[in-house]
Amino acid sequence: MKTRPLAWEEFMEGVWRQNPVFVMALGMCPVLAVSVSAINALSMGLATTFVLVSSCALISLLRKWIPKEVRIATYIVIIATFVTVVDYLIQAISLTLYEALGAFIQLIVVNCIILGRAEAHASKNPPLAAIINALGMGVGFTLGLFALGSVREILGAGAWFGISLFGDGFQPWVVMLLPPGGFFVLGGWLLLFSFFARRRAGA
Amino acid sequence: MVESPGSVFINAFLANNFVLAMFLGLCPFLGVSSKLETALPMGAATTFVMFVASTTAFGVNALLTAFGLEFLRLIAYIVIIASSVQLVEMVLKKHSPALFRALGIYLPLITTNCAVLGVALFQTAREYDFVQALMFAAGAGAGFTLALLLMASVRERLALSEVPAVVQGTALSLMLAGILSLSFMGFAGLGG
Repeated sequence: MKTRPLAWEEFMEGVWRQNPVFVMALGMCPVLAVSVSAINALSMGLATTFVLVSSCALISLLRKWIPKEVRIATYIVIIATFVTVVDYLIQAISLTLYEALGAFIQLIVVNCIILGRAEAHASKNPPLAAIINALGMGVGFTLGLFALGSVREILGAGAWFGISLFGDGFQPWVVMLLPPGGFFVLGGWLLLFSFFARRRAGA
Repeated sequence: MVESPGSVFINAFLANNFVLAMFLGLCPFLGVSSKLETALPMGAATTFVMFVASTTAFGVNALLTAFGLEFLRLIAYIVIIASSVQLVEMVLKKHSPALFRALGIYLPLITTNCAVLGVALFQTAREYDFVQALMFAAGAGAGFTLALLLMASVRERLALSEVPAVVQGTALSLMLAGILSLSFMGFAGLGG
C-alpha cells in the first residue's frame, strides 16, 4: 500500500523535480505556440492535464489486456479519443478560446509528455499511482506554460490576464508575442533554473 | 480568396516556416539536430511521410465528411500517420537497408512528430484543395528540412567553441532557435 508521503512524492516529482517543461524539455510545440497570453497558456495546460490524467488512468486500467506489440498504437487511439472530447468541450465552453488555441488542441495527441507517461509509467503501475503521477506531470506542465505565458503577455502586451498593468506610457515589446519571443523567454527561464541549480551544486 | 499553389508552398516553406514560426516538430528539431549527416535523411523521411499523410488525409477527410463523421477525424488521421510510418519503414527495410539502419530509431518517432499531424490538420482547417494540399506538404517538409539543416550546421560549429557552462544544453539551443526564428521573420509577407 502506498502511504501518504509517498503519493505526495510521486505528485511533486512531475511538478518540480521532473518538470516536463523546464527539466525534461518535452512537449515544446504547444508550450511555445500558445503561450502568448496567460489565459491561453492556462487553458492549454488544463486541457493537456485532463487528457493526460484520463488517458493514463484508462491505459493503467487496461494494462493487462493491451498486447505488447500494438501498445503504442493503442495508446495513441486512447489519447486521440480524449483529445476529441476536450476539443468539443472547449468549443462548447468558449468559441473565442477555441479560435485562439486553434489546431493546437488537436495537436495534444502528439504531445510527447502524454505518450511518454503512458509508456513509462501508466503501463506498469496501478491506476491510483498512475493518476497521481499524471496529475503531477499535468500540474507541472501547466505551471511551466503559465510561467511562460505570463512573461510573454506582461512584456509583449503590458498586461496580465488582459488587465493592463503599466498604463498608457508603456511601449509594448512586440517581439515577445511573436515566435522568436517564445524561444527567447523559454531559453531565459531555462537559464535562470540552470543558474540556480549550479549555484546550489557549487555551494 | 484562393491561394495559388506556389504561394502555399512559399508560405509553408519560408514565410510561416513550420518549425521556426509555427512551432511544429520542435522535438526532433531540438533532439536530432546536433549532427549534419543525420539531419538530411531525417528531413527527407519526414517530408515523405508528410506527403503520404497529406494525400491520404485528403481522401479520408472527404470520406468522413460525406458520412457526417467529422468527430472521428483526429483518430483517423493519427492512425493514417502511424500506418504510413510503418509503411515507409517496411519499404526502406526491403529496398534500402543501409538507409534504414542510418535512420534507426528516428523513423518510428516520426509518428509523434507534430509537424506531420499539423500538415493534415491545417490543410483540413484551411480547406485546401488537392493540389494546394500537396504543395502545402511539400513546403512544410522542405521548411522542416531547412530548419533542421540550419540548426545542425550552427550546432556543429558551436560544439567546437567555448560556451559558458550555465548556458549549455537546451537553453543554448532555444536561444539559437530564437535567433533563427528572428531572421526568418524577414520572409514575412513573401507568400502574400
